[in-house]
Amino acid sequence: MSGTNSAGDTKYLFKRDKTWWVKLAVPRPLRDVLGYDLRQSLHTHDIETAREARWATIEEFRNKIEQAGQAAAPGTTDTAKSGDKDMQEKAEQGPLEVSQQIVEIVSDSGEGAQKCGQILGLVSGKMGNGVWTVEIIPAEIQPPARERQGASGIRVRMGSKYVTNMGNEADMAVAFNEQVLYSRIMNRAYKKGTVVLLENMWAADPDEKIRKQYAEALEDFEKQGLIVHELPIQEECLKLVKDPRKGKNMFVLGMLCSIYSRDTDKAKEEIAKIFRRKGDKVIKINHDLFDAGYGFARENIEYQFRIDTAEEDRLGSAVVMNGNQAAGLGVMAAGIELVAMYPITPATSASHYLADDFHLTGGFVHQAEDEIAAVGFAVGASYAGKTACTITSGPGMALKTEMLGLASMAEVPLVIIDVQRGGPSTGLPTKVEQGDLLSCLYGMPGDSPKILLAAATISECFHFVIMARELAEAFRTPVIILTDANLATGVQAIERPAVTDEWFAPPVDQSAWDEEVAPYNWDETTGLSERPIPGMRGGEYILTGLAHNRNSKIAYDTASNQEGMNMRSRKLAALADTMKPPEIHGDPTGDLLIVGWGSTLGAIEEAVDLARAEGKKVSSVHLRFLSPLEPGLKQIFSGFRKVKTIELNYSDAPDAPLITAETRRYSQLALVLRAHTLLDVDCWSIVPGHPLSPATIGQVIDETIEDMEGAVACSA
Amino acid sequence: MFGLKGDWSLDVKERYFTLDDYCGAEPRWCTGCGDHGILAAVHRVCRDSQVKPEKTVAVSGIGCSSRLPHYMNTYGFHGLHGRALPVACGIKSRRPDLDVWVATGDGDCFSIGCAHWIHAMRYNMDLTMLVFDNGIYGLTKKQTSPTTPLDVPTNTHPSGALLPPLNPLTVTLGITNVSFVAQIVDWNAPLRHEVIMKAHEHKGTSFVRIIQRCPVYVEAIGKKLQDEPERMKLLTHEKGVQVDDSVKRLFPNHAEHDPSDLAAARELAQAEGVLPLGILYQNPDAPCYDAMSSIGLEMSVDEKLAGLNTALDHFAI
Repeated sequence: MSGTNSAGDTKYLFKRDKTWWVKLAVPRPLRDVLGYDLRQSLHTHDIETAREARWATIEEFRNKIEQAGQAAAPGTTDTAKSGDKDMQEKAEQGPLEVSQQIVEIVSDSGEGAQKCGQILGLVSGKMGNGVWTVEIIPAEIQPPARERQGASGIRVRMGSKYVTNMGNEADMAVAFNEQVLYSRIMNRAYKKGTVVLLENMWAADPDEKIRKQYAEALEDFEKQGLIVHELPIQEECLKLVKDPRKGKNMFVLGMLCSIYSRDTDKAKEEIAKIFRRKGDKVIKINHDLFDAGYGFARENIEYQFRIDTAEEDRLGSAVVMNGNQAAGLGVMAAGIELVAMYPITPATSASHYLADDFHLTGGFVHQAEDEIAAVGFAVGASYAGKTACTITSGPGMALKTEMLGLASMAEVPLVIIDVQRGGPSTGLPTKVEQGDLLSCLYGMPGDSPKILLAAATISECFHFVIMARELAEAFRTPVIILTDANLATGVQAIERPAVTDEWFAPPVDQSAWDEEVAPYNWDETTGLSERPIPGMRGGEYILTGLAHNRNSKIAYDTASNQEGMNMRSRKLAALADTMKPPEIHGDPTGDLLIVGWGSTLGAIEEAVDLARAEGKKVSSVHLRFLSPLEPGLKQIFSGFRKVKTIELNYSDAPDAPLITAETRRYSQLALVLRAHTLLDVDCWSIVPGHPLSPATIGQVIDETIEDMEGAVACSA
Repeated sequence: MFGLKGDWSLDVKERYFTLDDYCGAEPRWCTGCGDHGILAAVHRVCRDSQVKPEKTVAVSGIGCSSRLPHYMNTYGFHGLHGRALPVACGIKSRRPDLDVWVATGDGDCFSIGCAHWIHAMRYNMDLTMLVFDNGIYGLTKKQTSPTTPLDVPTNTHPSGALLPPLNPLTVTLGITNVSFVAQIVDWNAPLRHEVIMKAHEHKGTSFVRIIQRCPVYVEAIGKKLQDEPERMKLLTHEKGVQVDDSVKRLFPNHAEHDPSDLAAARELAQAEGVLPLGILYQNPDAPCYDAMSSIGLEMSVDEKLAGLNTALDHFAI
């Protein structure tokens, strides 16, 4: 451990209340005799005094251990001694320098694994590391304990460089019981050699069935190549709290902060922040648990890593947040004053954030009676000149459809954030999917053109809201921003946006309206028109969802209906006309072009980079505008022998039973691109309920190229 | 318009609005439809309160009632079936300066928009809400509505409505934070004007159920009431409706009712066979959600920028 922070030199020390104690771990074979560790108060509050005083006590402890060792079998003594020496040597060598580490914390629901990982991620981000977190959330609030499907947890990927995705298999996992670990094993989250720090209380559980499950799992884990270390986490926590179910997570956080050489002051700040509403006493208990975990790891866990960040990779000034918080901040930065919402996972945490901070920019969160009322409320505010936002997920989008059709028909600016989850129906409420593209594009009756954006990064979750408000007003249309459960909960350090009041909505125009100008004074070429806002004298008009003419008068005649449709659609062409083709990641020509959208960006580009390093002619394009599509796609696609989308939504596998080229149902973007370019765009998509790893995508790339070569070989 | 003030100086109003200033397109309701009278009352109340047409928004859903905005020369929002209230609340939420009317019907409000009715009463935003209750779906051609009386034949229930009708008054009076509940019939002009005027003056959501004649589909419902005035009870009070004796004479049943008495209001609403007319309940002190939703409206750009930076600081390294 470095000595740069206050916790740096606390070897063998820990604090209880304000007093410093000294503690030394007892080698495993002697624990029956001496207990898990030896500890003694140094009767001082002063760290300096404690640092000096500890050595005498340590010496005393070592003698005690040696004596106990001699009393035991001679072999054991040797082991004990050498074990102790090993640990000392390891500590003296200092932590291992690594460029990245992936750790998972898995527990039963309610044990706080996510909180633990979120803080680890935040602290890492704040130390200048690249970070990405993925939450593992069960759909139930309190699923039964020790159940594989009830696993709740979090993955934290920390790197010395900018991290854009969840990575491949984890390097380490902390598991609160062996059963929850299985759910992650089934998701192929681990590899041979993944270190598992496992709560050992189950070995001594009064229930024989549990003891047996635990023993079997241990054996099984070892067979699978996991390196398991059993730890008395519960027992250690019991020294400080009566119910370690609440608090164990902070102990584990302490452990991980020691293992990964994290800044303990920053961690404690975050702990204090989280528990600020619960009072100082609770904060203190959690700080104590953290310290205990930290001290425990220093004494008992031999893994120590340091993930440094090169100066040039550090963000000048960074903010660390998840995508929902970024979207909430984006709402504030856009000058939006109203968010109308109804609780739905995984969108709601954006509104939770806004409920805390929205007042700072004078905004209000309206929790409506249902999804329809939420969007209706937002449409009302928008109509009255205050472009509003509604935040929801797939099922909520379905309910809002009719109102979105009205906003499109009557040209009401509106920002909708759809945090996608697994569908259809209630589907996978807590898990990621990119399943709402087509329903957002085409879900309304009749033609209902609208702008559709897909954020690919946390930073875009912020900036796209600002862009969306401006587009909504300029093009007098609803704008949907698609994010997903992966972005919603993924924590990343991003460059702090340099805020400007240019992002804010202008004040509501209340000047007089030229009565000669119709409320839908469509420009023949672009379909654009200015809108009168209530309060503008002379602009009085009746907005209607019925077919209407330029004067907003109900018009059932053929010509008016055709004109209205033309004009609303023309706006998309006008927007597309201002856009540039998307950037190509890699060479502009080659064998394979991967096309993606949304949160898969980081994983796709990491996989493409790796494949390119291996000499494969692969590039990728990531689309941010899905309606209208960015221009030049046909030309870009033509530069490659094969174009394939990679998506997190359903498509028929080409080799599935009964599936032929004719019957195959394509993934959502692929379907759109095939229609748009008339090119044979292929797709690879799955619905695993978790983000794609670079390794999975790499495999798709490899197999696709192999197939292509095979095809060439055949035809040759 | 000129007016003499107390000090004999002339009060020269910059703008004075006549009925014409509020009249929009020619109404296309059927001849004999009760909606014409309601529209006339809204025009008159606007004129009498001299609200600026550009500051007035008439919001509606879908149905015969919901054509009302088109016949106003103000701003208007003719939206979706059942969704007038959320839109109206949204308009009011950040624009408390606007005078918002809601026109809805028995199908629009009590059936498809039922959830919003309950919650809008509870939000109690400053809206004037007129429910045109003709006991039938008119625009879609004679289907049973929640308030269609038993045994009245409709196209969906040719041998008569199967269930006893919903009582909108008892429902509304049962909603927490309700602040204004009134009932009128479309054909009594003085009472109509008096109640809608009071509803418009009330700060909060004023719920006015208007028994409205549909001569095309269910003529009998209105006719029966007109022929049997003893089936109605006029409520007057110094804190409620005050009408001339000439109006009182039209109603054989007449009672003094204090609109601040919620329990008495509920009893009147519940009474079988007798429709109470007038203001049943009014509480001027119920909290209004617009006071909460309009928080921060006065913030300057600089304050917002500073606030945004503070928000970002919460995430800073």
